[in-house]
Amino acid sequence: MFQIIKMIVQRLGLGLLTLFVVSLIIFLGVELLPGDLAEAILGQSATPETVAAFRRELKLDLPMHERYIEWLLGILQGDLGKSLANGREISELVGVRFSNTIFLAIVAAVISVPIAVILGVLAALYRNSLYDRMVNVFTLTSISFPEFFVAYILILFFAVEWNIFPSLSNVNPNMGFFEHVYRVALPALTLTLVVIAHMMRMTRAAIINLLASPYIEMANLKGISRSRIIVHHALPNALAPIINVIVLNLAYLIVGVVVVEVVFVYPGLGQLLVDSVSKRDIPVVQASCMIFAATYILLNLTADVLSIVTNPRLLHPK
Amino acid sequence: MITNNGNGSEKGDVLLEMRGLRIEGQSDEQWHEIVHGVDVTLRRGEVLGLIGESGAGKSTIGIAAMGYARPGCRISGGTIKFDGMELTTADEGVKRKLRGSRIAYVAQSAAASFNPAHRLIDQYSETPIQHGIMSKSQAESEAKELFGRLKLPDPDTIGYRYPHQVSGGQLQRAMTAMAMSCKPDLIIFDEPTTALDVTTQIEVLAAMKKVVHEFNTAAIYITHDLAVVAQMSDRIMVLRYGDVVEEGSARQMISEPQQEYTRDLLEVRSYRKPEAEDTSGDRPLLEVSDVTAGYGNKVMILKDVGVTIHRQRTVSVVGESGSGKSTLARVITGLLPPVKGSTIYDGEEWPRSFKERSRDQLRRLQMIYQMPDVALNPKQKIREIIGRPLSFYLGITGSAREQRLKELLEMIELPHSFADRLPSELSGGQKQRICIARALAAEPELIICDEVTSALDQLVAEEILKLLQRLQDTLHVSYLFITHDLATVRAISDEVVVMLQGRVVEQGRTREIFKPPHHEYTDLLLSSVPEMDPDWLDNLLAERQARIARGEKLAQTADN
Repeated sequence: MFQIIKMIVQRLGLGLLTLFVVSLIIFLGVELLPGDLAEAILGQSATPETVAAFRRELKLDLPMHERYIEWLLGILQGDLGKSLANGREISELVGVRFSNTIFLAIVAAVISVPIAVILGVLAALYRNSLYDRMVNVFTLTSISFPEFFVAYILILFFAVEWNIFPSLSNVNPNMGFFEHVYRVALPALTLTLVVIAHMMRMTRAAIINLLASPYIEMANLKGISRSRIIVHHALPNALAPIINVIVLNLAYLIVGVVVVEVVFVYPGLGQLLVDSVSKRDIPVVQASCMIFAATYILLNLTADVLSIVTNPRLLHPK
Repeated sequence: MITNNGNGSEKGDVLLEMRGLRIEGQSDEQWHEIVHGVDVTLRRGEVLGLIGESGAGKSTIGIAAMGYARPGCRISGGTIKFDGMELTTADEGVKRKLRGSRIAYVAQSAAASFNPAHRLIDQYSETPIQHGIMSKSQAESEAKELFGRLKLPDPDTIGYRYPHQVSGGQLQRAMTAMAMSCKPDLIIFDEPTTALDVTTQIEVLAAMKKVVHEFNTAAIYITHDLAVVAQMSDRIMVLRYGDVVEEGSARQMISEPQQEYTRDLLEVRSYRKPEAEDTSGDRPLLEVSDVTAGYGNKVMILKDVGVTIHRQRTVSVVGESGSGKSTLARVITGLLPPVKGSTIYDGEEWPRSFKERSRDQLRRLQMIYQMPDVALNPKQKIREIIGRPLSFYLGITGSAREQRLKELLEMIELPHSFADRLPSELSGGQKQRICIARALAAEPELIICDEVTSALDQLVAEEILKLLQRLQDTLHVSYLFITHDLATVRAISDEVVVMLQGRVVEQGRTREIFKPPHHEYTDLLLSSVPEMDPDWLDNLLAERQARIARGEKLAQTADN
C-alpha cells in the first residue's frame, strides 16, 4: 500500500512538471500567433493612443517572461484571469462549460466502455467466427468515418426521420438529470461509435495474446470451460493494456470532443475553446488548454495506478 | 512381472491404452507426422516413464493421453482408450469432464503454469469446484491437508499467497497438489523437475512419489533424464523422433539396455577430463579477490568471493540458482562493477567497469551464454556473427577474414557453407557451436561459459563439452565454467568452486572436492545428483531421515 502511495506522489510530481512544460508551450504558442492582439481586437481604425492604452491595460507592454510568470502565479492561486471578450472571470465561465463536457464524457463512457469490453471478450471467445468478423467490420467502419459525418447520420435518423432525440443539445444548469441525459443522447452516441473500436479491439487482442500462455493450457487441461478460461484466466491478466486504452479513450472523450460539441451546439469546453480562438480571447484559450492538459495527465495517472492495483505482482510484493 | 520400485504390490487392470497413436504438427502450412504409431499401455497405479531428447514427441504423447493436442498439432490416427472410453472420437464436453478430475497434468514450469492473477488455493480449488465435486470450503481444507503432506511450509497459509510469492520448488509441489485435488486415476508429469536445482529436485521427486503411491494413482512421467525417471517409474519407454526405441521395466532398462541409443543415454555422463598437472605455483591468468557486489545498494549478492584461474585450466563454479554464480561472471566481465574487490588479469589490475577497459582487455576475455537462441542476432548471417569480432578486435577484413572464418568453422566442426545461414536455420547444438566460434574469433585467453549446456539435450551437451575440451588442448584457452550441473563439473573441470548464498563454501581440485570428506553443503549438493539406480532416491531419503533422527543437522538448501 505504501508503495502505491509513494508512486502516486511521484507521478503527481511528474504530472505537475509536465503541466509546467505544457504551460510554457501554450504561452509561447500563443505568443507566436501572428499580428498584434490589441490591434486585432480594437480594429484597424483605432488610434495609436488607444492601442497603447489597451496594451498597457492588458500589460502587453511588459516583457514576455514577466507576463508568463504573472500568468503562471495567477493560475497557481486559482486565478485564471479575465476574458477579453466580455470581461467575466474565466473561472466561472469555464466552470459550467467544463462540467458539461465532463457530463457528456461520462454518459459516453458509461455506454461505450462496458459494450466495448463485452464485445471484445466475446470476439476473443468466438475468435475468427462470423460474429468476430461482423464486430470487427462494424467497429472499424464506425471509427473510419469522420466524427461530424457520424454525427450527421445520427441526426438524420434519430432526430429528423424518427424524431426520437433532439438534434441540438442545448442544456442549461436548471435542467433535471434525465432531461440532461436525454439532450446529450446523440453526441454521446456519436462519441460511443467513435471510441468503441479501439477499446474492443484492444480487449480482443490482449486476451488472444494470452491464450498461448502455459497457464491457459493448464486451465484447459484442468477441464475448465472455454468461457471461464477467457473471463477468469485471461481477462485479469489482460487488464493492464485494456485499462490503458480505456483511459486513453476517456481522455479523448474529454479533450477531443470539439467537433462533436460544435455539431450539436453543446455548451462544453471544446466549443468555448473554438469560440475563443476565433474571438482571439487569448486568456480563455490558455485556460482551456491548461484544463485539458491537466485532465489528460490526471487520467493517465489513474491508468497507471489501476494497472498496478490489478497486478498482484506489484500489489503483493514478495 | 511389474513391480512398484521394489515394494512388490500388484498392479490393477488396464487404465489407458493407446494403439497406433499418430500425431501431426503443422509448420509452414503443412502437416508433418511427429509421432509415428506409438502403443502405450498403462495399468492402474502404474508409473510409466517416457524418456527421450527434445523432438522425440514425449510431451505430445503424454498430453494425448488426455485427448488433447496442443494448438498446431492434431491427433491423426490410432485409438486412445481411457477406462473404456474412446477419447479420439469423444466430443469436447466429455473430454473436459475427464480433464482435471480423472486425468490431471503437472507442467514443466510451475512458475509459468500457475495463473499470476490468482492465489494458489483458488487455483487448487478451481478444479474440484468447477467439476462439481466439492464445495469451496471442502476444497480449501483438503488443499491445506495436501499441502502439508507435500511438506510445503505453513500449509495452512501458503495457499493464500500468489504464485510469484513462493519459490520454484514449492510451486512445483503446489502444482502436484493441484493435480491431486480430485484424486485422479492418472497424472501426466511433464518434465516437472527439469527447471529445478538438484537439491530442490529431490524434495519435489520425493513428494510426487509419495502422493502417487499413497493414492495409488497411475502416472506418465516425462523427462529427458534417465536417472530421474529411474526413481519414479515402474516401466520406461525410450522414444526418439516419434518412435519407440525400447520399452521395459525400469531395472531392466538401467542394467541391460538392448538398444544402442539407450546405451548412449546411459553413458552420457561418463566423460571425464584427464587430470592435469599441478600448476598452482605459476602466475595465475585471472585472480579475483575479495569481491563484494550487488544490484542497487542494499542487498549484496556476492560476499568476499575470490577465484583463481590458471592458464589452460578449467575452473567450475557450482551452486544453486540464486547462489551468485552468474553475478560473479558479470563482475569479472565488468558488466557489474563490484563494490569492493579486485580483478587481476595476467598480473595487471583491470578497471572494474567494462567501459573503462581497453579494447585489447575486452578481447582477452570472452563469454558464451546459456541460451544460444537469445545470444545470436536472428537477423545476421553466421558470416557476420563470427566476422564481426574478427574486424572489431583484430582488424581482419576482406579475404583474410573469410579465410579465418573458414578456419573457425572448421574448429567447431561445421562446414564452410554454414556461413551463409541464419541462426534460425540451425539446431540448438549448432547455434551453441557458433557462439563458441564467435568467442574464439577474438583469440581470447579466458572464456567464461555461463550454463552453456543447460539448454541442450544431454547427448548434444556432451558433444559440446568434448569440443570445448579439444579446443582447450589445441588453443590453450582457460575456461570459467558456471553451472548447476555436477555431471558437467565432473566431466570438464580441473578445479571446482562451490558457492552458497553469495559465498564460496569450498574450493579445490576436482578430484579432492568429489572425494569425502566434504563441506556439509557440498555433500548435500553431491548426494542430490540422481544416480542410475532405481533405489537411489529411496535409499537417500532413508539415510537423510536416519541422520535427522540421530540429531545431525543437514545443510539448508536455498529453496525453502
